[in-house]
Amino acid sequence: MVLNLNVMVGGEAGQGVQSVGFILAKAFARGGFHLFADQDYESRVRGGHNFFRIRVSDGEVGAISEGVDILVALNQESVELHRGELVRGGVVVFDKEKAKGISGDGDLFGVPLERLAEEKGGSGLMANTVALGVALGLVGYDLETLNNVLREHFGTGEMGEGNVKAAAAGYEYARNNYRGEFKQSLKPLSDQKRMLINGNEAIALGAIAAGCTFMAAYPMTPATSIMEYMAGKSDELDLVVVQPEDEISAINMIIGAAFAGARAMTATSGGGFCLMVEGLGLAGMTETPMVVVIGQRPGPAIGLPTRTEQGDLQFVLHASHGEFLRAVLAPADIEDAFWLTVKAFNLAEKYQLPVILLTDQHLASSYSAVGKFDLSKVSIDRGLLLSEEELGRLGEYKRHQITPSGISPRALPGGSALVVTDSDEHDEEGHLIEDAETRTQMMLKRLRKLDGLSAEIGRPRIYGPQKAEATLIGWGSTYGALKEAVDILRGQGLDVNLLHLNELWPFPAEAVSGVLDGAGRSFVVENNATGQLARLIRAETGKKVTGNILKFDGRPFTPALVVAELKKEVT
Amino acid sequence: MVKIADYAGGKTAWCPGCGNFGILTAVKKALVALEIEPRRVLMVSGIGQAGKLPHYTRGNLFNSLHGRTLPVATAAKTANPELVVIAVGGDGDGYAEGGNHFINTARRNHDITYIVHNNQVYGLTKGQASPTSDLGFVTKTTPHGADIPLNPIALAIAADASFVGRGFAGDVDHLSKLIMQGIQHRGFALIDVLQPCVVFNQKNTYAWYRERVYKLEGYYDPGNKLAACEKAQEWGDRIPIGVIYRKERATFEERLPALRKGPLVRRKLDPMQAEELLGEFL
Repeated sequence: MVLNLNVMVGGEAGQGVQSVGFILAKAFARGGFHLFADQDYESRVRGGHNFFRIRVSDGEVGAISEGVDILVALNQESVELHRGELVRGGVVVFDKEKAKGISGDGDLFGVPLERLAEEKGGSGLMANTVALGVALGLVGYDLETLNNVLREHFGTGEMGEGNVKAAAAGYEYARNNYRGEFKQSLKPLSDQKRMLINGNEAIALGAIAAGCTFMAAYPMTPATSIMEYMAGKSDELDLVVVQPEDEISAINMIIGAAFAGARAMTATSGGGFCLMVEGLGLAGMTETPMVVVIGQRPGPAIGLPTRTEQGDLQFVLHASHGEFLRAVLAPADIEDAFWLTVKAFNLAEKYQLPVILLTDQHLASSYSAVGKFDLSKVSIDRGLLLSEEELGRLGEYKRHQITPSGISPRALPGGSALVVTDSDEHDEEGHLIEDAETRTQMMLKRLRKLDGLSAEIGRPRIYGPQKAEATLIGWGSTYGALKEAVDILRGQGLDVNLLHLNELWPFPAEAVSGVLDGAGRSFVVENNATGQLARLIRAETGKKVTGNILKFDGRPFTPALVVAELKKEVT
Repeated sequence: MVKIADYAGGKTAWCPGCGNFGILTAVKKALVALEIEPRRVLMVSGIGQAGKLPHYTRGNLFNSLHGRTLPVATAAKTANPELVVIAVGGDGDGYAEGGNHFINTARRNHDITYIVHNNQVYGLTKGQASPTSDLGFVTKTTPHGADIPLNPIALAIAADASFVGRGFAGDVDHLSKLIMQGIQHRGFALIDVLQPCVVFNQKNTYAWYRERVYKLEGYYDPGNKLAACEKAQEWGDRIPIGVIYRKERATFEERLPALRKGPLVRRKLDPMQAEELLGEFL
């Protein structure tokens, strides 16, 4: 990785921070660059302060970094808040005619953004597009690539052309006034187009590819955009997306739809999942396959609605009363989010149980430029779902038949078999019972599925050497930051590796135990306050990690932060 | 030819004389009269004595959680509209724990039939007040008497339920015909059934109801919403039974373009259908 350019767009809600950031990212992705972008926003519709950070690279990149090369400040507050984050040689692009008390000297590139927007684009509202043009002008990027993206975004009509002109005005202004004053230059790398996609979109695509036809969900940040994406495609792909009265209804709906035979999913955050917990148990008892996406945000209660945290791990492992099986998958990055979603649907149907996909705000709303997903590699495994022919051969049908694997052949209502199930403890046919012997046998049958399910869980990833003096341990969305931290630390001569888990339950105890046996000191790195993975490791392997590196301020880890914290521990 | 024997179910665990027996018979008779085979029927029930009903008949059955009958039932119907979906629960189940689902299911007009065994008392937990208990009804948990009862008929009409009926467990023939109409109705059909609880409700007995219930007949127009609202207020000396409100409107399932190509459950699952979507991200 030679190239590393960080662009930040800052402004208030309603100024188009997200749009400008997205368009910029898209223009870079079109040029064949790798990138990682994240969003920081407040829980409000207008005002406040938001920013969108893009890190562009010629090699794989999975995290944001602290330093800013170009700060596109759409308001004065953004200059004041983020100027301190500039790296050496970094610059601020701002509107010198709108800002008060800021000179246009040194690293401050004052451009008449709004005036140029009015003069060239036809509307002062396009000031953000002018700024976009300035940023690309500074690095000498290909303007035509940007124009194409602008036309796709705003249309080819007056709006699109206005924005193209506004961008060109900014671009020329930068070329004329600041040529050579910004050191990095960026030309499109290749024609290889990458998908610019965020975590929630990857989950929605994974669900669609996996054949999910029914989704019920109640809006909740940061999960809402999964539902919005699916709903937006519902006519095109004949999907049913329902927004019911609450999360309780949502989870019971997907249970009903799945019982009838559709692949079904819900998506929420920890607070919404609190309401769904009894439904999780219902799926466990009735052996109904379903996928529940939980985009974590800081709690308890409303917490920090638009920020990130990994505070719900222990909660989802234990949610609902009684003992029943579930699987918990926690995507490491955006590509992983797609593939683990597919896997979630297959595990749910194969083992007839609820599968939880545990992400967080950071993964949900971060963008990455990834290679196109290869759909030919998506397999759909519906498990022991009987066809009418197979049912015919079977003769008598019992929905909860006791089998050696614990998995009962599944039929759907409306076919030739009668399908009966109950939230009460039930017999093989599905009718409620109270006797001790049947209860014991049914519990054993359901729990027996653990053997098969455990074998499906992928081994944790190890990055760096198999053994090292210090092992970082993480799970879920911290993967990119941790990987890069390992690279930096190793570059500085420290013997460090990474153990990362993205398939958390059933816990891959043997594999984790093996790595810990060979490790020197070990440190969990988690976006929570109490070290939930550390506790899980201890419970499942009997091994105690050396220390915890924790962050629970609602913001994601950066590689530099992990590096600094680890150094404090080992030196 | 569908026979009553086709709907013969398991051994009941209800008290002798329970109003639930009348409802069970009425449900079976309605299904037989409509020539609906058990394999086409999905009964979804909640928790309470009423929730056991589907176990005592034959068909597909999902016995769900307390109060959660409607979300399960409506989504199963959406996924496979070919199923005849009947939701069954008690007054505690539907009007207390599941009250929000009740209002919103009515509003959305899912094409299911919802039979509420309304005995104005909690049976399974042994005699506590329910949302429909009469004012002042004293129980172990309401020593100062129950509050003003919830009026499920008025609530359903307010939520624009497209079919609102009330039956009496002591008049099986009338109830059975009402259930038939509910099943035949396109849209959400509420059938609130006055059901004596012979153990815990010594006030609203068979005799008490027989003195009061009367059938809504020819002169009454259930299509008139204002009249229906007025009729819904009638309680006390005279209690109307029959179809109180009915209005034809598009069902939830009819309004979903996704279902025009047939039930979701028969969809062939093909990962390649996402191919075009991927292109939009390039």
